[in-house]
Amino acid sequence: MILIVAEHAGGKLGKSTLEMVTAARESGREGPITLLVLGSGVAEVANASAAYADQVLVADLPELATYNAELWAAATAQIAQEGEASTVMIGGSRSGREYAPRVAVKLDAPYLEDAIRLTSSGSALQAQRYTYLARVTETVEAEGPVIVVTVKPGSFAPAQAAGTAGEQYDVELTLPTPRVEVTGKSVEKTSRVALTEADVIVTGGRGVGSPENFSAYVEGLADAIGAGVGATRAVVDAGWRPYAEQVGQTGKTVQPGAYIALGVSGAVQHLSGMGKSKHIIAINKDAEAPIFKVADYGIVGDVNQIVPALIAEARK
Amino acid sequence: MNILTLVRQVPDAEARVKINAQAVDLEGTTLVIDGMDEYGVEEALRLRESGAAVEQIIALAVGPKRVEDALRTALAMGVDRAIHVETSERLDAVALSRIVAQIAQAENIGLILVGGQEADWDSQALGAATAERLGWPQLTWTNELKIEGDVLTGRHDVDDGNESFRATLPAVVTTQQGLNEPRYPTLPNIMKAKKKELRKDDLSQYGVQPMVRYVNAEIQTRARRNHMIDGKDPQAAAAQLLELLRNEAKVLS
Repeated sequence: MILIVAEHAGGKLGKSTLEMVTAARESGREGPITLLVLGSGVAEVANASAAYADQVLVADLPELATYNAELWAAATAQIAQEGEASTVMIGGSRSGREYAPRVAVKLDAPYLEDAIRLTSSGSALQAQRYTYLARVTETVEAEGPVIVVTVKPGSFAPAQAAGTAGEQYDVELTLPTPRVEVTGKSVEKTSRVALTEADVIVTGGRGVGSPENFSAYVEGLADAIGAGVGATRAVVDAGWRPYAEQVGQTGKTVQPGAYIALGVSGAVQHLSGMGKSKHIIAINKDAEAPIFKVADYGIVGDVNQIVPALIAEARK
Repeated sequence: MNILTLVRQVPDAEARVKINAQAVDLEGTTLVIDGMDEYGVEEALRLRESGAAVEQIIALAVGPKRVEDALRTALAMGVDRAIHVETSERLDAVALSRIVAQIAQAENIGLILVGGQEADWDSQALGAATAERLGWPQLTWTNELKIEGDVLTGRHDVDDGNESFRATLPAVVTTQQGLNEPRYPTLPNIMKAKKKELRKDDLSQYGVQPMVRYVNAEIQTRARRNHMIDGKDPQAAAAQLLELLRNEAKVLS
């Protein structure tokens, strides 16, 4: 079987899960597509999963109420072994890329990380992935009875529901005692769409001028067009915006349909996080800013003047 | 306790990356110690300076002869000694973790520090794979760290924000921006570093085989439209941009 660990939050199946279903269908790997739902109170997610898989395995346990690398790795490896999985697919989120290597070591399996394309030839699985701060596309290949793969969010089209719903089964797990104790948590809540799920992102850089301008222009435009809000490292380092909004090498990697960069210069580390966006739109008063080299549409001009006009126009 | 800090050598972020014979060619490229690993080296030094019972800080690099330079940088920053597993073979993170785990055991390591994501592989796997091999907990994307006795506390980023944590050593910690500001090696320290031990190991000692084959590398740049809109009249520019986004790019409704 192809075992996909479902990503979900707030009782909803994540878009990345549907993208992994497509990746599984396109990969040429053998076996029924199986979604594994880990969590507590996940009946709704399990029901939603059934439309996309041949079968759904559900571990609804209080210990799994919050993500933990050791628990997720142990659960995934155990199910992969019992089900003789040919492929284990895990989302390329921060948490997915944290526990997937542990699963690979547990299964003594090769690990293909952050795949953007998957193809099979014989028993080998080939993956394309970005390297060198996303400046290079590499093809890597692995063979084995089981291969662990993480799938980069935004790289595959979300799957359509299959004609028949897959059967659901409860699974039993032997879980270790987690050795990391979480003593506090700060969730950076936003009423807007999550960055890694957003089709359109508006990002602000230092060029927007101030935290107040950031609210007025970046958030203002995002709200006018229903987009997510991103920030550059400089803006986060300056304390204007929370880290959760940071896009780039040390922040989130995003691949939306449209990425609108306001007052962003376009350092390599930032480009590595957003350079694969389908359309890049840049507004910056510095005509020499590197962001224009990767832009589909660019306006050399003052964010203070152009963005209010954009917001007004978008609201028409 | 001994700390092991892992060091990779990567192209400078601003360096141009070339492809030759379907592989990345680093000939003539400016190479530096990976910035994320540098946070790890700095953190090891700071933990000792802040009074944690750190006996030795050991830097480890696996790679061709040239990675000595990155180890020399770590030595000049203040680590006590270095181990270089010399090989031109390209090892994936899961295979590489086998070497790191063996060295951690042989050197009686209590804490491993490694960069959150390497700037050459764009991989986040080495810390986690090493932790699993050793049966240790891991804290990834850490931006605050304290050690008291054998208790590790701090804060790290997770999918939806950040968490404070507590764990018992031994552990693996992956580092990132915000954790500290790495120091520059001073000239006297660079001179001193030349006398520090830099042990050379052979890959064959570790019995490690790559698990992933590298098939091809290419630089694919998406052709961008580079359609520039005159910004002199903000109203007209805004109207034109929205029209293009709606009707040409079809990204807005």
